Amino acid sequence: MYRILKKSELTTNIYLMDVEAKRVAKACQPGQFVIVRMDAEGERIPLTICDYDREKGTVTIVFQCVGAETHRMVSLEEGDAFHDFVGPLGCPSELVKEPEEELKKKRILFVAGGVGAAPVYPQVKWLHEQGVAADVIVGSKTKDLLILEKEMTAVAGNLYITTDDGSYGRSGMVTQTIKDLVAEGKEYDVCIAIGPMIMMKFVCLLTKDLNIPTVVSLNPIMVDGTGMCGACRVTVGGKVKFACVDGPEFDGHEVNFDEAMRRQTLYKTEEGRAMLRLQEGDTHHGGCGNC
Amino acid sequence: MDVMDVLTKIPVREQDAKERAANFEEVCLGYNQEEAQNEATRCINCKNAQCIKGCPVAIDIPAFIQKVKEGDMAEAYQIISKASALPAVCGRVCPQETQCEGKCIRGIKGDPISIGKLERFVADWARENGIKPAGAVEKKGKKVAVIGSGPAGLTCAGDLAKMGYEVTIFEALHEPGGVLVYGIPEFRLPKKAVVAEEIENVKALGVKIETNVVVGKSVTIDELIQEEGFEAVFIGSGAGLPKFMGIPGENSNGVFSANEYLTRSNLMKAFDESSNTPIMHSKKVAVVGGGNVAMDAARTALRLGAEVHIVYRRSEEELPARVEEVHHAKEEGIIFDLLTNPTEILADEKGWVTGMKCIRMELGEPDASGRRRPVEIPGSEFTMELDTVIMSLGTSPNPLISSTTEGLETNKWKCIVAEESNGQTTKEGVYAGGDAVTGAATVILAMGAGKAAAKGIDEYLCGK
Repeated sequence: MYRILKKSELTTNIYLMDVEAKRVAKACQPGQFVIVRMDAEGERIPLTICDYDREKGTVTIVFQCVGAETHRMVSLEEGDAFHDFVGPLGCPSELVKEPEEELKKKRILFVAGGVGAAPVYPQVKWLHEQGVAADVIVGSKTKDLLILEKEMTAVAGNLYITTDDGSYGRSGMVTQTIKDLVAEGKEYDVCIAIGPMIMMKFVCLLTKDLNIPTVVSLNPIMVDGTGMCGACRVTVGGKVKFACVDGPEFDGHEVNFDEAMRRQTLYKTEEGRAMLRLQEGDTHHGGCGNC
Repeated sequence: MDVMDVLTKIPVREQDAKERAANFEEVCLGYNQEEAQNEATRCINCKNAQCIKGCPVAIDIPAFIQKVKEGDMAEAYQIISKASALPAVCGRVCPQETQCEGKCIRGIKGDPISIGKLERFVADWARENGIKPAGAVEKKGKKVAVIGSGPAGLTCAGDLAKMGYEVTIFEALHEPGGVLVYGIPEFRLPKKAVVAEEIENVKALGVKIETNVVVGKSVTIDELIQEEGFEAVFIGSGAGLPKFMGIPGENSNGVFSANEYLTRSNLMKAFDESSNTPIMHSKKVAVVGGGNVAMDAARTALRLGAEVHIVYRRSEEELPARVEEVHHAKEEGIIFDLLTNPTEILADEKGWVTGMKCIRMELGEPDASGRRRPVEIPGSEFTMELDTVIMSLGTSPNPLISSTTEGLETNKWKCIVAEESNGQTTKEGVYAGGDAVTGAATVILAMGAGKAAAKGIDEYLCGK
């Protein structure tokens, strides 16, 4: 069992948990992910690693309630435990593998959208620890939905916050902020964009124009997370890759986002049904399209 | 029994084909004691028993059948469990027709003895009567790590535990059993009643199982040896990554690997309405491939309510699946589109599968495998209307372990190189067996390899 030492609600529907998982905490690197199962009946849910404490043996996860299973997960409290917590899965971020000298010369831009701030944070923090100050753009729909601002401020070189409705920081999408920064004369050698698929797609379209190599982290549907099922296959540069073992990070300019977005909808109706079942319980009488 | 009866095996009871096509209950119901004893009397107890030579783990078959004949099921079980850690599994899924039963002298003039069904009966009897295999007498005080809790790993671990080693199995998934749990469906191999119980038996020998450990990611083999005190390691990590055809449209919504489809249904219980894991409830499915896994996927889709076609590019004779599986599939209403090869998967504007373009094949000259090579018949293209395609084309090795273990060699197919006789790899103290070494094969061959490696590890550690 994997005990939850800390739980907090970062904003509406986005939760952070510190979970005891010694092996994962010891082995994980920025860019990797875990798969969790809340109980013996639970679905396997892939989640990015937001932070880790090797000494305490804990791993921090951040998740957003999107489906029936993540809604169920909210009921877990401090002192409760996950039934399963496996990882680290996937390859570490490319940055981790780079020689220190090269890394220090790099001008790096992170672009995080929504809950994507969670997987961006450990990378920025890791760079900060290596003495590299990276610029970070965090985009959020509104001020209320913004997460990890304080944490990010502590480790980022420059932090640029933008909200879709202009309720906080700059106004508009993350792509607007990228354009603005470049117009202000900023130059970047690499961009790492993590967030909703649609955001990553548009960031990549822009950075391709701007000639900034861009890495994205994909979160497709997965079952085992070890390469066995192939559910997470994505087309990158015309070749089929498994996000769980070949990724989750890929060259954003090569990813077929339209296909990846279509594939994400695969179980949408099934998930919708499960959600209805969960919300309505015994009172469920039709409306799910299944009964 | 009269003379004629002796040539014919006692038939085994099965669930009615129509009924079972709509449920996930076990197809084969097995022998009862009377049937088992009657079948056992057909065995002539050959001195130079060929059946033992046909068994990858060399069970003393005539001896256990003799005990069945006498009605001493407990002793029959002990004889089997000396050689096999998973008799209730093997009695169900071994290809006996090409192994023990294939060599049975009785088979020359009539039906061979139903060794598999007898093994199953004995194992089930032992379970129902609470009989456990005998454990180690003396502890050796040495630790061995086993990677993977499938048939190879469980067998190797069980054998080592019986020799007195302290064994820990590391399993990547949340449940032990490997392919027995995620791959083979409930209706062929009940998970709770059979698989979980056999694993309990292995645990009863003192074997520890740590789930949720992906060796190569969570911990490396070198760390297991240097930091966690394991003196030898057995790799039984299984087959690996599913293959796809590389035809257009393969990433459309509704195309799955058999691994994914079966894992959702078997491991995650998606066949059960109350499961939290979704599975596609299809109307018309094509399963591409002709092996046992293809049959399992097809029969699962059928039970979930679909019309199911097996699409295979060679003819019935070349189907790699067990005859029994093909027979069961046909009985249940699976349609076989043989000598047919997919060329493209068609999808609507939202990316959902609508059909599959195929071409008819004919058999030409024999190829390297000795089977006649399928050749396309020009102009024979046609389209099948479908909403789901399940690719069951085999797997390629998982690089997670080989890429993180220095000194561990792989061959040109990226399988781990290991001696057949004792499982020894190119890295000292590290042994391997099963699909990770051979590529996708059978449960019993993996068990045979696990057994050989246990012997190899014992010899290595004794000489250390």
